[in-house]
Amino acid sequence: MADLSLEGKSRRLVLTGQAPRRLLRSLLPALSLVLILIGIAWLNPRAMSYFGFTLMLNLAIPIALATIAQMFVMTGNDLDLSIGTFVGFVGCVTATWLREAPLIGALMLIGSVGVYAALGALIYLRSLPSIVVTLGMSFVWQGLAILLLPKPGGAAPEWLQQLMGLKPPWIPFPILAAIVIAAVAHVGLMRTSYGTILRGSGGNPLAMSRAGWSLFKTKVTLFTLAGMFGVASGLALIGTTTSADANIGNGYTLLSIAGVILGGGEFVGGRVSPVGAVLGALTLALAASPLLTFMRIPPDWQVGANGAILIIVLAARALLSRQEALTQ
Amino acid sequence: MSWTLNIVARPWIWSFVGALAVWLAAIAFTGGHGAGGMITAALSLAVFMVIVGIGQMFVITLGPGNVDLSLPANIGLASAVAMKVMGGSDALVPLGLAAALATGAAIGATNYLMIWALRIPPIIATLSASFIIQSIDISYGRGLQIKPPPGFADFTNLQFAGIPVLAILTALFSVAAALVLQRTVYGRSVAAIGQNPRAAWLAGVKVGRVRFLTYTLSGLLGGLNGALLAGYFRGANVDIGNEYLLASIAVVVIGGTSVAGGKANVPGIWGAALFLVLLLTMLNTFGVSAGVRLLLTGLVIVAIITASGSRNKGLA
Amino acid sequence: MLPDKAAEIIALGQIAKRFGAVRALNGVDLLVGAGECVGLVGHNGAGKSTLMHVVAGTLKPDSGDIAIAGMPQPDYHVTMAHKLGIRCVFQELSLCPNLSVAENAYIYHAEIKGVRWHQRASDLIQAKLDEIFPGHGIGPADVIRDLPISKRQMVEVARAFTVTAYPLRLVVLDEPTSSLDSRTAGQLLSFVRRIVAGGTSCILISHLLNEILDHCHRVMVMRDGRVVAAGAAAAFDRDRLIDAMGTVAAPHQMASRRTAVREAAAPLRIRARPARQQDGTELEAHDGEIIGLAGLSGHGQAQLLIDIYRASSKPTDRIEVKGPVAIIAGDRQSEGIFPMWSIAENIAIRSIATLRNGMFISPSREAGLARQWQERIGIRTPDVANNILSLSGGNQQKALFARALASDAGIILMDDPTRGVDVATKFEIYELIEAETRRGRTFLWYTTEMEELGNCDRIYVFRNGRIVAELNRDELTEEAVIQSSFHVEPWLTSA
Repeated sequence: MADLSLEGKSRRLVLTGQAPRRLLRSLLPALSLVLILIGIAWLNPRAMSYFGFTLMLNLAIPIALATIAQMFVMTGNDLDLSIGTFVGFVGCVTATWLREAPLIGALMLIGSVGVYAALGALIYLRSLPSIVVTLGMSFVWQGLAILLLPKPGGAAPEWLQQLMGLKPPWIPFPILAAIVIAAVAHVGLMRTSYGTILRGSGGNPLAMSRAGWSLFKTKVTLFTLAGMFGVASGLALIGTTTSADANIGNGYTLLSIAGVILGGGEFVGGRVSPVGAVLGALTLALAASPLLTFMRIPPDWQVGANGAILIIVLAARALLSRQEALTQ
Repeated sequence: MSWTLNIVARPWIWSFVGALAVWLAAIAFTGGHGAGGMITAALSLAVFMVIVGIGQMFVITLGPGNVDLSLPANIGLASAVAMKVMGGSDALVPLGLAAALATGAAIGATNYLMIWALRIPPIIATLSASFIIQSIDISYGRGLQIKPPPGFADFTNLQFAGIPVLAILTALFSVAAALVLQRTVYGRSVAAIGQNPRAAWLAGVKVGRVRFLTYTLSGLLGGLNGALLAGYFRGANVDIGNEYLLASIAVVVIGGTSVAGGKANVPGIWGAALFLVLLLTMLNTFGVSAGVRLLLTGLVIVAIITASGSRNKGLA
Repeated sequence: MLPDKAAEIIALGQIAKRFGAVRALNGVDLLVGAGECVGLVGHNGAGKSTLMHVVAGTLKPDSGDIAIAGMPQPDYHVTMAHKLGIRCVFQELSLCPNLSVAENAYIYHAEIKGVRWHQRASDLIQAKLDEIFPGHGIGPADVIRDLPISKRQMVEVARAFTVTAYPLRLVVLDEPTSSLDSRTAGQLLSFVRRIVAGGTSCILISHLLNEILDHCHRVMVMRDGRVVAAGAAAAFDRDRLIDAMGTVAAPHQMASRRTAVREAAAPLRIRARPARQQDGTELEAHDGEIIGLAGLSGHGQAQLLIDIYRASSKPTDRIEVKGPVAIIAGDRQSEGIFPMWSIAENIAIRSIATLRNGMFISPSREAGLARQWQERIGIRTPDVANNILSLSGGNQQKALFARALASDAGIILMDDPTRGVDVATKFEIYELIEAETRRGRTFLWYTTEMEELGNCDRIYVFRNGRIVAELNRDELTEEAVIQSSFHVEPWLTSA
């Protein structure tokens, strides 16, 4: 039995030492975004305007949506290496069938969400390693995309272009969209009762099944949600770029994983944060080109600077959590 | 000792069976034409998958979460370094090769240092590293005359009785890799860590050192592959390694190495590499489009992993 | 006061369960009446936890009958158990660490519906925490992984007692006080008293025998997968319980053969101070000594072994180790065996560097080493090339002994290595240890079994991560060890 008085004392010490650090850690995604924004404002004050944000963050919307899709998969301790090519596939459907024959196009997109659900079922039922299955699927989506659109081209449906070109008063559209995406995902995953079950399935699957919850159902739900947000990402992407290319989404796989991690998510344990993930995606989208352009970093080094930013933020995060662990 | 035990139960046998089946289908389609040439071509291309596959195999065998995503960027940079150092001169080939190997090894070592010192998960560490390497490559390779020296290009395309010399050398290397895996302290340590890192540490395995060596080895093989690819395709470019990210993981998994770690298989990598290359060749002879080729390749990978399922546990 | 004719809540008949070669349960009967508190005691590996998993419906027995409230349940499983009002608090925490206290409460009660589910789950768990542990200081929004282990345990316990749509009939508490401090443990036990008086039944598992004797109506003692004694708690006292658990059955078996007095001049091998030791007390071990680490499980013994093992390659100022060290894990599955390997590979891993011809490990020398130790230790297998999992638990443990003893290590650390090992194997292991000390090897032996301490030359008793007593062989009595490891708990006698 523990010595009570002493335990009480050490607890209090731990708390005072730890609370600010934990707060800092949870604020890290927002902090990195603010740092990037300060950098941009300093380099080019004119970018801090309605039009500046609209331009800089245009491509952040599809990245944020893809990141949320990845986040759902990671909630269940899996990883989706096919989300990038899936976004590309959706983009090709959007720029061809959805414009020419909206009904067939919509059916194709719904069907592709069904494929995601089936993947979740397959991964659970055969206890397959998700990275290999999704690796294979990345070939499949890419192949389908090339079949649909062998050469870059196509065009986004009018309504989609209009949607993505919205100019709401006061708040630039991409920021408004990011807030909506974060809010929807946050409420769905963090505030609803079944969202709690979904996160629990990543946190302690054995305990969840002992409490009578179906892990099959949670897995299928998570993959279905990933498919739905993947479709949304492809639509947003094509609405912004107005035409498609079979390789258009390829970079999104890595960006989406990095965005989730940057936003405070972890690979295992069901520990994810939708708000953090959207912030992470915005950070990456800004760091990806506007910041580096303003810094006059040559295009050659932009990808590398992205990598460096990732490493720095993650190292800072690891450092904070290590100290957290040491004081515990 | 365990080599002779029930061959049929070994999953990697099926990758060879698959390769054979695909080859037969292809020559049935052509009516027997180009059967030999197909094998020569398949061997030539399989070599590159095997080299990086072996590096990736050691990394994956370290256990859940371990994977090297920096291989494509590594291959790209090493190919540029090799070609630049060789400078088109046959006399400088050994130096160029050494430079490519050193580049690859340095990348691998850096990967592990980030994983260890910064506590970043390997997937993200090697991924971030690949971004940086890619930039270095783009800026380094710009405007350079990066054609291989004629002697080196000829060597990488050299054949002996219809068998590419590189394939023979790679086969010898594979035997060595299998020996290292089965019969050296290092190989045993990798398998022990992959099964249970804590038990391995308690059994006296130098966990940190072995992981460092493994990531360095993977990088080194990526570097070697870069130099050879540049020779074979007569020139280096930034995208030369792109297909080896998916290919290196696919050949390891199809080849029977456990994604959950602890169990590796070298012969299976050959079977899987031949299978994938021949599958592409077959689809080419059938005259299908690039889209269908990718689609079918992906479906085959998913089908194989599903068939061998309920044994492996997820990697991520 | 034992209810005379209690309505039967759960009745298990002739339950049997095997794990591979190990008989975890061997024909166990269990009957709990309404408003009855049954105490279950026994050593680690006696089958208590396995039995409770059967009660909870999380483990299907190989054979036997289960009846709840008089109704036979041929397809008994966990969801049914929940609906029938049977709840369990296991030693391994079943909370989701990434969720909040309230969310974990919700997981247990899918019946909570509507938009205000979170508020209702919060209120539910908050009220129960307040009822059981007044002044607990836990908020419903706290995330589990940010809580210290004691508070997680409190949440786990409180959650088991929350009631929504289904009645609460029986709660199984498996070592519920193991990570609670004395005040909260007292709160819990008095709560259990109250609800039992109110008609709810309870099965209490504890190593603290006073808890059992003071709070239970009936006591069952398990050993080797069987119930070896049962009866009204009043009919037992500590000595009778300990007797029935089998601790003093064969003490000092090999002690008589040992030379009682060791030469004081033998060279020092280990000097170590636990991290939480505040005075200058140190553990010392000399050549050829067997040093016992005693006390309740989880009080810093295993941690000290790990610290010593780590210090053998990276010296620290609190620990000094002379010579190579090998460690024998007690938790075979998670810290010992390599499940994909043969017996020979499992034995040889600690020594492979010495089995090389040139660069390569020699398979024949590897197999030779394995066979040599197979013979010495008596690992029962037709071929050391078979997979390690083909062995029974006891023989797997022998293979781990072989791994350590075949190595160059002069110091062997043992982390409760005979956990779940049958008696015959235990005695073989004791003899082996004795033989190895004659070759000058030093053993540090953490054990939870009193009987094994009789094999040690000196014993350090641990409590709360510190050494609280050092006993020489001639001072060693069970009473002395127990006195030091359980210090007197005033609430236990007054409650």
